[in-house]
Amino acid sequence: MADAILQARITNIEIMGRDDMPDGLTLNKITSQKGIGISEAARRVADLGWTPSYVKEAMSFPTDYKISKAPRDPMKQVLRSYFPMQEEKDNRVYGALDAALRGDMFRNVEPRWIEWMKLFLAIIPFPEISAARSMATLGQLAPGDDLRTGFTMQMIDEFRHSTIQMNLKKWYMENYIDPAGFDITEKAFGKCYATTIGRQFGEAFLTGDAITASNIYLQVVAETAFTNTLFVAMPSEAARNGDYALPTVFLSVQSDESRHIGNGHSMLMSVLKEPDNHLLLERDIRYSFWQNHMIVDAAIGTIIEYGTKHRDKNKESYAELWHRWIFEDYYRTYMLPLEKYGIKIHHDDVHEAFDSIVKKNYVHKIAQFFSAGWWANFWRIEAMTERDFEWFESKYPGWYDEFGVWWENYAKLSKPGSVPITFADTGYVYPHRCWSSLVPCVIREDFTIDEVDGELFTYASEVDRWTHKEAFAAEYQGRPTPAMGRFSGRRQWEEVYDGWDLADAIQDMGFVRPDGKTLIAQPHLSFEEKDMWTLDHVRGHTIRSPLLALREMTPQQRQAHVEEYRKGFKIRRV
Amino acid sequence: MTMQETASAAAGAKVFPGSDSRRYNYFDPKGRKATHYEDVTVDVQPDPERYLLQNWIISFGDGTPTYSKDWTALKCTDWHSFRAPDQEWERTHYQRQSTIVGMIQNVVENARRAGAPQRFDKAWVAVLQNHVGAFKHAEYGLGTALMRAQRYGYTQMVNNAILTNASYKLRFAQDLTLYLAEVGSDIGGFDLDAGKAHWLDDPIWQPCREAVEHIRAATDFLEQVFAVNLVFEPLVGELFRSGFVMQVAAAQNDFSTPSVISAAEADYERNLANAVELFALLLRDPAHGEDNRTMLQSWFTHHGGLAVKAALQLQPLWSLPRVKVASFGDAFERARDRVAAIGREIGIDADLPALPPVEVGQAAASAAVTDAAAE
Repeated sequence: MADAILQARITNIEIMGRDDMPDGLTLNKITSQKGIGISEAARRVADLGWTPSYVKEAMSFPTDYKISKAPRDPMKQVLRSYFPMQEEKDNRVYGALDAALRGDMFRNVEPRWIEWMKLFLAIIPFPEISAARSMATLGQLAPGDDLRTGFTMQMIDEFRHSTIQMNLKKWYMENYIDPAGFDITEKAFGKCYATTIGRQFGEAFLTGDAITASNIYLQVVAETAFTNTLFVAMPSEAARNGDYALPTVFLSVQSDESRHIGNGHSMLMSVLKEPDNHLLLERDIRYSFWQNHMIVDAAIGTIIEYGTKHRDKNKESYAELWHRWIFEDYYRTYMLPLEKYGIKIHHDDVHEAFDSIVKKNYVHKIAQFFSAGWWANFWRIEAMTERDFEWFESKYPGWYDEFGVWWENYAKLSKPGSVPITFADTGYVYPHRCWSSLVPCVIREDFTIDEVDGELFTYASEVDRWTHKEAFAAEYQGRPTPAMGRFSGRRQWEEVYDGWDLADAIQDMGFVRPDGKTLIAQPHLSFEEKDMWTLDHVRGHTIRSPLLALREMTPQQRQAHVEEYRKGFKIRRV
Repeated sequence: MTMQETASAAAGAKVFPGSDSRRYNYFDPKGRKATHYEDVTVDVQPDPERYLLQNWIISFGDGTPTYSKDWTALKCTDWHSFRAPDQEWERTHYQRQSTIVGMIQNVVENARRAGAPQRFDKAWVAVLQNHVGAFKHAEYGLGTALMRAQRYGYTQMVNNAILTNASYKLRFAQDLTLYLAEVGSDIGGFDLDAGKAHWLDDPIWQPCREAVEHIRAATDFLEQVFAVNLVFEPLVGELFRSGFVMQVAAAQNDFSTPSVISAAEADYERNLANAVELFALLLRDPAHGEDNRTMLQSWFTHHGGLAVKAALQLQPLWSLPRVKVASFGDAFERARDRVAAIGREIGIDADLPALPPVEVGQAAASAAVTDAAAE
């Protein structure tokens, strides 16, 4: 045997040394050993699991679903090919960041864009790491071990995403002209009225019913549908603004998402097999789709459309992107086919979500809200200009009539010493906040209220009301749902600071620059100290919680208030 | 007043309040300056102490918040002070895991190219097939326990250290699985299902399986981390990997298996360092240290008892190789010393009774007889 091997090696060496190596013969083919096939490898790895017989594992993650069928791993994954692939992806990312610095990217980047990264990158590492944590849940709940490697890879992927995004943010902080806001990032994440909306998204991945949270909300809806706008559409806009770093990092992140989408679909197919689950699936797909729309479209829609300086009329608007990625790709090819398994899909919600963007100006109203409360931010928002107006008008006819004057007012009131626009006589009505999504109730005509457990709450729409009152409850349509999550905490930022002076609230949040007086947030992009607002400029105005005020009203006053609120407002020129 | 536009958006293009604030300033670094690991890890998982103004905003059906300190019986005055000594974040994790995968693939490829598996001693091939094949399930069980545990820590620093621990364990379980499948295909007649059969039914492995199942079933996530790294690993994991396979294999003409196994030993050194740091911190806690010590001591009694039983039951394995170069008695003594040293490091009593002299004697005598026969 040994002789035969020696002879084979000599022959190989001779072949390697010959100039006339036969066609198709490569060094790799000569030296490589016959390995086991990928299917066999995945099968062997899945066979590592067993059913315990000495002690039964307690199911630590609650769910009201029944899962009896083991999910299959269509991707046949093993870790030994995963780690080198990820390392290579990382090498490209970090190489590109170095190249961007050598190419002086920050000389030409648009500050309007990078400012919004202070918000976006304060939020996103938390949902990412929450997704890592939630793989504990799915790994334990899924019968069998076939998909364990898929969940393991997703867990490590999410760890990757969270820390690679923290690294990107550090990189912006070190190299961008105004690091303030990046420097307090995780503290800001805990304090800001807007990041709490992102936390509703991230906490929803890992709290409450384990299947609702980790499979439906995270994998089936957030990752399968909305990462396209988050991680594909947004990087494109970044590149248009001279930011080559965000596309580098986030397209690399997105390349991991296909694995997560596969995990989610496989788990969903396993859950679907049990007819008893269908009612809960209908509930959870409905809640998850609507809330993802409310949160992701608010944030990403605003960043893509209001964080850009690029106004080429040939590029797709957020509404067009949404139609392509969410309506065509997700709704038509992923959600609709679920009906053949007996799952009721709420088509009206999908159409309503699209209409809210196209007809009801959801994204524009959210951007207006962000700018209305600019002083409570930890990033800068500059006024839209004539060039922006033209683009918006061409993409959303009628835009100027509704929003043009607002932004002109905003520009006028951006100088320190002006009245903060929130308190100026513009006609703007500070919005109620939705108890479900935590996004402000900006589509005024859809605003609604209801009582839950004897207390009054406000909602952006009927589906949000249903989410709180019916979906997040101990019983759903007569069926006990003890595992379902509950909304908790001090959900409304305005309630926390009700009665506070603006300056005190800003100081309490820590959104002040190191000199102890200049605000981190500014309603402009001037980097001249004389143009920058300080605590003194905003002192003397009081924060009020619309919800607390509503609760104090008599029923008649409340009815009148709701009717008035639904009528909306017309912005006056200041 | 007109706003002035700045030509460049690069750092230093203008000086204004905050323009030089270029470090994350919301946490105290452990050393003089924040490490890269700290920058990308600390406080990403917030809590009401740092800095959730509005508290957790979703709870479980029973009112438990998204993260709770009640998920472990151990208490800590400041969970945020823990830093993992291995300082892993995504980039270093992939670099290290990828390097290990590459190292193993090179060793295995070279061994197979050289025809090494065919020259493994026949008795050793049976050990690989039945017992290394069984042990891979123990590694997998620990990996899945840790994957569950990484959900429950109160800070990002604790959870990420457990996450990478799970990643290492699950990779190693797969390393062994695929290694055995590949060398097995060169040997011929190698039964890849035998390992699981031994894991499930062979009396030698049942106390080991019982110990692993107890770790998997523990509901306290830090009990799981403690039992894996401070009890099972030194008493059973290292005993089998270093005390048996790595010492014995070369004498059976097998140079590749120790290389594969060595990766797990290096992984363990890092995970042990992380675990020792965490538990030492909890035992030093001015308010809760004594209560924590009592709890860890009770966990040690429970899991230590199971692990010792598992270790002793593995003793016959040392008699299986044809060439005897290591004795169970010596290996167990080293494991006993190791676990005692780890206990001293964190501050619990982990001294275990020595093997009864008769067993040491029997093992030594048995090894000597077989050695003589081999010569």
